[in-house]
Amino acid sequence: MLGKLSWDVIPFDQPLPMIASAVVALAILGVLAWVFLAGHFPYLWREWITSVDHKRIGVMYTLLALLMLLRGFSDAVMMRSQQALAFQAPGYLPPDHFNQVFSAHGTIMIFFGAMPFVIGLMNLVVPLQLGVRDVAFPTLNSVSFWLTATGALLVNISLVIGEFARTGWLPYPPLSETAYSPGVGVDYYLWAVQISGVGTLLTGINFVTTILKMRAPGMSYLRMSMFCWTSLAASLLIVAAFPILTATLAMLTLDRYFGFHFFTNEAGGNMLMFVNLIWAWGHPEVYILVLPAFGIFSEVISTFSSKPLFGYRSMVAATLFICIVSFMVWLHHFFTMGAGADVNAAFGIATSIIAVGTGVKIYNWMFTMYGGRIRFATPMLWSLGFMVTFVIGGMTGVLLAVPPADFLLHNSLFLVAHFHNVIIGGVLFGAFAGYTYWFPKAFGFRLHEGWGKLAFWLTLIGFYVTFVPLYAVGLLGMTRRMQHFDVSAWYPWVLAAGVGMLITTAGVVAQIVQLVVSIRQRAALRDATGDPWDGRSLEWATPSPPPVFNFAALPHVEGEEPYWSIKQRAREQNRLRDEPDYEPIEMPRNSPTGFICAFFATVMGFALIWHIWWMVALGALGALATFVVFAWRDIPEYVIPAAEVARIDRANRSARREALVTYTGPRP
Amino acid sequence: MLLRVIVRNCAAIRLGCLGATILLVGLLAGCQGGVLDPQGPVGAAQRTILLNSVAIMLAIVIPTIVATLGFAWWFRETNTRARYLPEWAYSGRIELVVWSIPILVILFLSGIIWIGSHDLDPMKPLDSQQKPLEVQVVSLDWKWLFIYPEQNVASINQLVVPAGRPVHFSLTSASVMNAFFVPQLGGMIYTMNGMTTQLHLQADQLGEFYGRSAHFSGDGFPGMQFVLHAVAADAFDAFVNSARSQGQALDKASYQELARQSIDVPPSTYRSVEPDLFHEIATQGVPPAPGPQAGRPEPSVSPATGG
Repeated sequence: MLGKLSWDVIPFDQPLPMIASAVVALAILGVLAWVFLAGHFPYLWREWITSVDHKRIGVMYTLLALLMLLRGFSDAVMMRSQQALAFQAPGYLPPDHFNQVFSAHGTIMIFFGAMPFVIGLMNLVVPLQLGVRDVAFPTLNSVSFWLTATGALLVNISLVIGEFARTGWLPYPPLSETAYSPGVGVDYYLWAVQISGVGTLLTGINFVTTILKMRAPGMSYLRMSMFCWTSLAASLLIVAAFPILTATLAMLTLDRYFGFHFFTNEAGGNMLMFVNLIWAWGHPEVYILVLPAFGIFSEVISTFSSKPLFGYRSMVAATLFICIVSFMVWLHHFFTMGAGADVNAAFGIATSIIAVGTGVKIYNWMFTMYGGRIRFATPMLWSLGFMVTFVIGGMTGVLLAVPPADFLLHNSLFLVAHFHNVIIGGVLFGAFAGYTYWFPKAFGFRLHEGWGKLAFWLTLIGFYVTFVPLYAVGLLGMTRRMQHFDVSAWYPWVLAAGVGMLITTAGVVAQIVQLVVSIRQRAALRDATGDPWDGRSLEWATPSPPPVFNFAALPHVEGEEPYWSIKQRAREQNRLRDEPDYEPIEMPRNSPTGFICAFFATVMGFALIWHIWWMVALGALGALATFVVFAWRDIPEYVIPAAEVARIDRANRSARREALVTYTGPRP
Repeated sequence: MLLRVIVRNCAAIRLGCLGATILLVGLLAGCQGGVLDPQGPVGAAQRTILLNSVAIMLAIVIPTIVATLGFAWWFRETNTRARYLPEWAYSGRIELVVWSIPILVILFLSGIIWIGSHDLDPMKPLDSQQKPLEVQVVSLDWKWLFIYPEQNVASINQLVVPAGRPVHFSLTSASVMNAFFVPQLGGMIYTMNGMTTQLHLQADQLGEFYGRSAHFSGDGFPGMQFVLHAVAADAFDAFVNSARSQGQALDKASYQELARQSIDVPPSTYRSVEPDLFHEIATQGVPPAPGPQAGRPEPSVSPATGG
């Protein structure tokens, strides 16, 4: 009746996960109880859960990302502290638990931390910057989000019911095959990633369509903001790469569920094919994450230097260059599997060629600052921290692309330090820059600057104190993923990295405090103008937070920095543009399709993991029925009357007029 | 203008270089036993390539970092002496330089990559007067089996080789993937079931070198380590003789026993080895080693119970 499910699968004998999950469960129950008892549920259902507004979905993505970053970070704390205690000692995490922790850390950070953060910011900003009212497929967008949330939920269920994968974040066969991983851990991984991967693929399709087909009048490709360009590149990569992931995981699933032999030891299975395929997705994935971050830095550095982006066309070229070359380098993840000199050399060179694109970007950001009037607000600090840190990470990356050097460093903590250097220093710093930069746009008030700067400095210092020792200990030959170790030369470095972890933890606390303090002081931090940073792209033309329809009348774009030119003209003429003719606006109706579909997907995923076949059928049918009902609905849109549009836009105009009067601008 | 910024930051550049040098020297000095302290020709050549590549890249990375910080500081909002160029967003000359610098560096580095990859191909035999010692390596859950086919002995979790003589490793895995790695001798190579990989290494001096698996392979992974003893030629013969005179014989039956999962296995030797055993394992003539029988590891392999 219940497949492999029984009371034995809940680890009552292990206090640590039990306490952790009990705390999480209590917190969730507490929030739910509060929502229902205080009568917030109808509001949440109407305004958020069923919302198809790209801004709301973006906020929910970001919230999911922040929660999952916390979960992944607590895994990181456990790993660092375990290793600090495990010199010639067992530490406090037994191997089967430690191995789940590092597998969950990687999976959560990439799939449910970094991806939703980046996609959340894309959702919030791209339609605004394009000057349009929503993405191409608003309901599909909601489905994407909720499927991602399903994946995150499944990973976290594994904490209590059963176990998570103990194979690393990429489950290399044959270790991940049933012969060596008979438990449900790998199945949790497969279905969580598979279901959220569908959501990501839909997002990619949605954004490619939106950016290619739905720009404001006059917004040619070469007038789009840099963030739109990098989002387009990332979305193209998603569309091209995620089907590979889906197919690869489907093959491993067939191996595990139906005794196929794609990657097994026996019957002609080829495990190297898995390694090739997973990295054919995995390397573009790195750029899916980092390209939007590059876009954020372009926006931030230009805005806070009070200058246009230097070498815009060059930046576009570099972005597309990276987008294409990122598909030709996957083999550098396994130089040490004996491919031979010609193959290794070719892929090594291809890999280092990517550094040309990133190098150009770094120099262009540098010259964007040249001749600027730089304001060191928190987003700018994250960007500067990124430029310095990422250059170092890029250097160690190119070093690892040199096969003879990689033979010495592959799978060592040097490698671990390298990819944290580029993912923390690139993606995460970018996401935090974007988070502080666009927070006022989403909520109408800024984040607290003092706490933000403290969080930045603690995170930056914590990062270096953690990962410079890991570089060093990697040069000493220490391998990643070790539950304990016996070599005394490694011990001081591991302890030093533990100290770095403490500093980073303080940084995380500062981030949380920043959010709490900002919410409490929101009246003082209010952004009345909708343009708190003297911005240059179209999102700053809307009020903060923007109305559901974004723009009362779609803007006519006449140059590369559309809002900046509108603002400059207003400043020169000392008046706003004439009021447009207000017309009624049609907007897509809210839809519970995404939420209900994700509910059934969760049921189906859970049932597949535990081999409860009747429940699988129920979940699949439910999800299908949801789509059928959605497809049959008659009234997909509702109308906002012209008077309402006028009222909202006139409020925005009066705020702009006030800002125009008080504007001083950068000192000439 | 630009020049003035650079001149002003000269002190900073020097300081940056000094810092990088100190860090590098510190790492070199502190890396006793690591990949920067090689004890054989392969490791030494790989280290040279590693350090050369770092030096080439530092030559542009350090100025880039310094210039980034310099620009950011000089053009701060409060600096009244800095020029404001609110429209300046393009310069053909700078674009040319900006594309050329990375391209030139990568061209140079590509040469190193191409030549280095071929010179240090793990499959390539080492230049030596002496005939290489043949060693067959099998990774098991979770221990290393080293077979000496010419001597017809085998050892677990210890590797004895004559110093100064090249060693030719043929490697495979009985179960999951692992990577054979002796940091001070250089070069890492994976072991995979159904496949044979090749590696050539040599220890120049007498000594004991730490080796381990570099690819995660399951619960017993931390204990998948061994010591490589580089000994004099006569000591190697003595090792072979002593191995021959004691311990079990490694035949199909004792191999099946060995292939079962076990953790933190102490070093031992086998007096003889069934001919062609390595070949049988690598071509799946003997079935791959079994995994655990339940979701959680059996009690016998859990370190908590000292198994």
